[in-house]
Amino acid sequence: MSGRSDRTLRGRVAVIGIGETEYYRHGASPDAEFKLALKAILAACNDARLDPRDIDGFASYSDDRSDASRLAAALGTHRLRTATMQWGGGGGGCCAAVANAAASIVAGLADCVVVFRSLAQGQYGRFGQTTGIDNISGEKAYLMPYGVLAPPQRFAMRVRRFMHDHGVRQEALRAIALASYHHAQANPRAVMHGKPLDPAKYDASRWIVEPFHLYDCCMENDGAAALVLVPEERAKDFRQKPVYVLGAAVGSGHRTGAIPHNSPLYASASFDTVALDLYRMAGLGPSDIGVVQSYENFTGGVVMALAEHGFFRPEEANDFFTLENLIAPSGRLPLNTSGGNLAECYMHGFGLVLEAVRQVRGTSSNQVARNDVAMVIGGPMVTPVSNLLLGSSATL
Amino acid sequence: MSSSASATYLPKGLPIPVAEPDGLSAPYWAGLRQNRLLVQRCSHCQTWQFGPEWICHRCHAFDPEWVEVEPRGRIFSWERVWHPSHAALNQHGPYLVVLVEIPQAGGVRMVGNVLGDPLQEVLIGADAKGVFEHHPDSDPPYSLLQWHVVDAVRS
Repeated sequence: MSGRSDRTLRGRVAVIGIGETEYYRHGASPDAEFKLALKAILAACNDARLDPRDIDGFASYSDDRSDASRLAAALGTHRLRTATMQWGGGGGGCCAAVANAAASIVAGLADCVVVFRSLAQGQYGRFGQTTGIDNISGEKAYLMPYGVLAPPQRFAMRVRRFMHDHGVRQEALRAIALASYHHAQANPRAVMHGKPLDPAKYDASRWIVEPFHLYDCCMENDGAAALVLVPEERAKDFRQKPVYVLGAAVGSGHRTGAIPHNSPLYASASFDTVALDLYRMAGLGPSDIGVVQSYENFTGGVVMALAEHGFFRPEEANDFFTLENLIAPSGRLPLNTSGGNLAECYMHGFGLVLEAVRQVRGTSSNQVARNDVAMVIGGPMVTPVSNLLLGSSATL
Repeated sequence: MSSSASATYLPKGLPIPVAEPDGLSAPYWAGLRQNRLLVQRCSHCQTWQFGPEWICHRCHAFDPEWVEVEPRGRIFSWERVWHPSHAALNQHGPYLVVLVEIPQAGGVRMVGNVLGDPLQEVLIGADAKGVFEHHPDSDPPYSLLQWHVVDAVRS
């Protein structure tokens, strides 16, 4: 094997435990944000039957406020050996945090790393609102005075341009929302469990910003989610079926970070280079993927992200995005089978990572038939973005 | 919407744009106050660049020159905003945001509002003309660049 092909995450680490808190509407958590993080981490350790004191590293993203050293002290871990924070906001880091933890393990820096996200928007302010009169500079100065204040307004023009370029209809976006709500009805953890959505209700819902109806936008929630990674050679020492990292990739293409709205490839979810990197590491292609969890800040980002991962050509989007194609157990490509950010919980995408683990284990509340390889796509339209392929031992 | 009765497209009270502490974008904001649209253009390799940076992304020459550009362009994308994400916009109603491509400045893009009826149809590819919108009573005062659609024909 050449030196270069040695440099891979494929098959080198496994997820042995997952855990989450109860998921709440924003502001409804009775627990402090840091306590939510601790609860999710302990739940993941309990899932694996792992002593939490054996954790020797933490990885997170989006400037998570639950600091790694404070967590290590609070849990009384024997020692701390890696603490990584992925740069960038939004959910673009939800897979990158797993990649960073996996890389720490493969490089021999650590042996048992927790990846997590904790978020109590009720305690620290919401993403969807800005307040007051402030002097602003940098990217926001070119946007906020024109009323581009919150994420829906920051991303709608990318989606509009993509719809214009490729003739994508509103019904394609609607199908994504319908699939998420469909799956949430079978998922008791989902905040929107018991609150079904149908086409008429979607169509009648108010515009947030055209082309996003209310149901095209993610929720805002309180909660926390975590998983535990160990080296492949220890994967079978724990009680759950191990789920292996087959590949991960992080970043974005040429000058994606050119503000304001000046990225050369504008009508994009930022995966033009990152999708290829993922498939190359995993040695897999779109036809090998049985189920996808794709971060929905807004439905339109999912359309672009799945196109950039090669599941269809952009001109085929209207045919691809139908409810029947997107639902478990046997749709063409079951999507966001927990309900995702739209209908399970907006845990900044980390709930999507946990759901991919459940699919490979075979324990999802919307279990798919083809579950050997599960994909997660994190943070469309931001930079850096990231993605992840997980697989069963049969895929190694 | 009350743009006809008001000097500014959106109500007062939104965040006020200022240059960064290091002054990177100061020439841009000062230019708008004088009815001048300034965009960076590298004097070594002639590459246009917006937003500003301390270096030319193509040839790595530092401190790209600021060049005045005629404020006209083409609609590259648009959105109609209905949900108020700031208290200043409560009860305001919908408004239009556009992304305008400026062909005579290397195709750099700028975000602004389209003046006029907020329910008007906006066509990608339509020509647009810049309008400087001054906020002299703000503290600190500032100016924005807004847009009129002058040719609704899709290109």
